Amino acid sequence: MKVMISAFVAALVIAFAAPLVLDQFGWSSAAQTSSESVRLD
Amino acid sequence: MNGKTFGAAVLVLATLLFNPVWAQDVPESDRMSGGGGQTLEDIMARQEKQKADGESRSKETGNPANAAPINEPLGTRGGRSDADVWRGVRYDDIDIETQVRNPAADVLIQDGGVRWYQLREGPVITYGGGAILGFIALLVVFYLVRGRIKIEGGPAGTTIERFKAVERFGHWLLAGSFIALGLTGLITLMGRSFLIPVMGADAFATLAAGSKWIHNNVAWAFMLGLVMTFVMWVAHNIPNKLDWQWLKAGGGIFTKSHPSAKKFNAGQKIIFWTVMVLGVSVSLSGLSLLFPFQMPMFADTFGIMNSVLGTSFPTDLAPHEEMQYANLWHSIVAFVMMLAIIAHIYIGSVGMEGAFDAMGNGQVDVEWARQHHDLWVAEVEAKQGKGGSS
Repeated sequence: MKVMISAFVAALVIAFAAPLVLDQFGWSSAAQTSSESVRLD
Repeated sequence: MNGKTFGAAVLVLATLLFNPVWAQDVPESDRMSGGGGQTLEDIMARQEKQKADGESRSKETGNPANAAPINEPLGTRGGRSDADVWRGVRYDDIDIETQVRNPAADVLIQDGGVRWYQLREGPVITYGGGAILGFIALLVVFYLVRGRIKIEGGPAGTTIERFKAVERFGHWLLAGSFIALGLTGLITLMGRSFLIPVMGADAFATLAAGSKWIHNNVAWAFMLGLVMTFVMWVAHNIPNKLDWQWLKAGGGIFTKSHPSAKKFNAGQKIIFWTVMVLGVSVSLSGLSLLFPFQMPMFADTFGIMNSVLGTSFPTDLAPHEEMQYANLWHSIVAFVMMLAIIAHIYIGSVGMEGAFDAMGNGQVDVEWARQHHDLWVAEVEAKQGKGGSS
């Protein structure tokens, strides 16, 4: 059962890490779909 | 009735009959007298799904030369009203500029969305949801009729390692993320129809936002689990002649026999390939939805299908149509996967004694293993005899 719990925790860790990693690569919706001149960040 | 009254009535009726107000013909509609706006005939024609005459006003898209000076009201409009601009969009007769930088930026009106919405809210929810509920009901009936599949003669008391820790990790990564994706997907798909009436729009908005976050981000764990389990188990899931024997015996589920099997029997192989093929498909359509307009794939897929199968699927798709097809396909494939996984969960838990241990702690009872995977047990014992491992 420890393996099962660790897999669930790993899924959560991946879920929290995914948006950060995607942002780092410039794959956010804002970066993909708007020009820099109108971006609010 | 006396003669005077009768005479008066005839006079009134004759007056009404010959009065020009009552008798006049409906005047011909003069579109341009109203500025080119649509007429009652146009509205009636659209209601009857007939083609409305739009040509007469197709060129009424304003005139920049009439632009008011910048210091007057509407000066920056450049001589076009809202109606002029949208008419220009409709008849593709206007230059449009936008700061949006995605491939769909030049599509402002896409009425295929109505058909997508109707399919999504209608048949997809009805048949998908109905199939899941019906399948669960079937399993309940099956359980009541067949009962739990027991270990014949009872457990041996000694165990054998069925799955290593890394195999179980990959399985639970895939399984846990799939359940999270399934539940949040159902909330996203069906919430508007079933949850908003119960919990209200405000509470559902919070739930929907959370579901969307989970669905978008847990998807990566699902894809990792899919790759892990494929790499670890594909060699054990190549179909062979033994599988045909297993299938002919119905896996022993109905006849209470125990057809021979290696590490994975034919039923497990069907689940494996179902999860792999549909898992890749649902992942690709999911990625297409996760990165809107960046990964169109249906026009190319339809093109290949048309050339191979001779079908006539549309290949000239607007970016939004790509997304709509991806969304519908994602939902349909997910529903089929859910049916397969529900069957898998049933047989791996309440349906069969001793089955859960294989993924619980990795150790299964030797007698259970002999009855369901006799050839695999023989292989493991032969390797152990030679000092090897499973």
